[in-house]
Amino acid sequence: MGIYKKTLLDPVFQNNPIGVQILGICSALAVTTKLETAFVMCVAVIFVTAFSSLTISLIRGQIPGSIRIIVEMVIIASLVIIVDEFLQSFAYEMSKQLSVFVGLIITNCIVLGRAEAVALKKPPGISFVDGIGNGLGYSVMLLAVAFFRELLGSGRLFGYPVLLSQTAGGWYPPNGLFLLAPSGFIIVGLLIWALRTWKPELQEEEE
Amino acid sequence: MPGESMKKTIIVALAVCIACSLLVSTAEVTLRDFRYKNKKLDRIRNILKAAELPDGRDEAVRVYEKRVRPVLVDLRTGKPVSRSDFNDMLNIDSFDIRKLADDAEYGRSIPEGRDVSGLSRVPGYMPIYFILEGEEVRSIVFPVYGRGLWSTMYGFIALDRDLKTVRGFTIYDHGETPGLGGEVDNPRWKRSWKGKQAFDKAGNLRIKVVKGAVDVSRPDAPYHIEGLSGATLTTQGLNGMVRFWLGENGYSTLIQKLREDMHGYL
Repeated sequence: MGIYKKTLLDPVFQNNPIGVQILGICSALAVTTKLETAFVMCVAVIFVTAFSSLTISLIRGQIPGSIRIIVEMVIIASLVIIVDEFLQSFAYEMSKQLSVFVGLIITNCIVLGRAEAVALKKPPGISFVDGIGNGLGYSVMLLAVAFFRELLGSGRLFGYPVLLSQTAGGWYPPNGLFLLAPSGFIIVGLLIWALRTWKPELQEEEE
Repeated sequence: MPGESMKKTIIVALAVCIACSLLVSTAEVTLRDFRYKNKKLDRIRNILKAAELPDGRDEAVRVYEKRVRPVLVDLRTGKPVSRSDFNDMLNIDSFDIRKLADDAEYGRSIPEGRDVSGLSRVPGYMPIYFILEGEEVRSIVFPVYGRGLWSTMYGFIALDRDLKTVRGFTIYDHGETPGLGGEVDNPRWKRSWKGKQAFDKAGNLRIKVVKGAVDVSRPDAPYHIEGLSGATLTTQGLNGMVRFWLGENGYSTLIQKLREDMHGYL
């Protein structure tokens, strides 16, 4: 059981896809102005990484090397379309807010990265868990970024007013910078700094 | 790779494609009705919101059927289009703004220099919605849309039966910056439209979305709506949008006709 647990939990902090591998930054900036959208995005990404890794691993013995990337992309894209359609059917308001970013999971480097690095080589069970783990690692970072952006940018958490903003008659002047993409970079940067201070073994040697 | 032949490559490629397309089309077909219903419900709820009618998920359709009378109008003449003239393109139940705007016959170009909304082409026909109170018209909801900073914003403006006073305003589809231009969704801001005057006594278009707070001591305060702070371009877009649609290339001919005889439309 140890190997499964390690595969699941390693990507959360020790080998975090955003914080350590610096993958999947683009969507981390786009959907993190609110916790709600970030949360749905996380669920979508966990689903896609888990099931694309599982599927690819199941047929890994059959995939010819010359077309392996295309085969992986077809599987990933199909899963993403299905997620998108589910959102449009059962969470319409949410899908309107996430708009193109669900579709862009297809190009999220984390998903293809896991397919290439793990699913092509390892058995289905471990690949599936690895997919979930990396989805979780992505989620932890995304939710942390969204927490600060929503709190400081609009004074709310999950849409509920925490710091009562002046536009709603309160005292807190919302900091608009936190709703713009640059603040996402700044927060991701600070989180990476914090992560590497907490776990010094993640720091690369200076060249 | 050993054992890799052209034949196998093609077979695997085909098999993966067929399996995936089956999966995607199954999802597409089984979920289509849900998505269509969601889109429709969303539109209905926004019409009700603009008209200040109850718009809860469960009651929206019932309220809409009872209180709202949609009418398709020809914007050039201001006259209603009767159901017998409907066709694939021109149909109030499946009205598609973008499709009509791009169509050579049913769309039209906005004359050079008049394009305050940044749209360049708009439909020659639009659906409008009469809100009934018993047999009487209480207000009329007009669809409006225009360019914001990042996106095209789609919404509705409701005018009182006097065709001057704004009863409500909502945007149901946009891609503006959340928290800045995205505050078009803010209910407090939307409420600030209520009671504003779109036209003056002589019938001139006066409504304006302005940057910064509205100075209530000025005589034009009843025509001015406070813009969104930190969103200059979205604010300009909103201003262009209402001024275009209530102006000469939008609903002005229709509004003129409605002032003369509203009952001919019902």
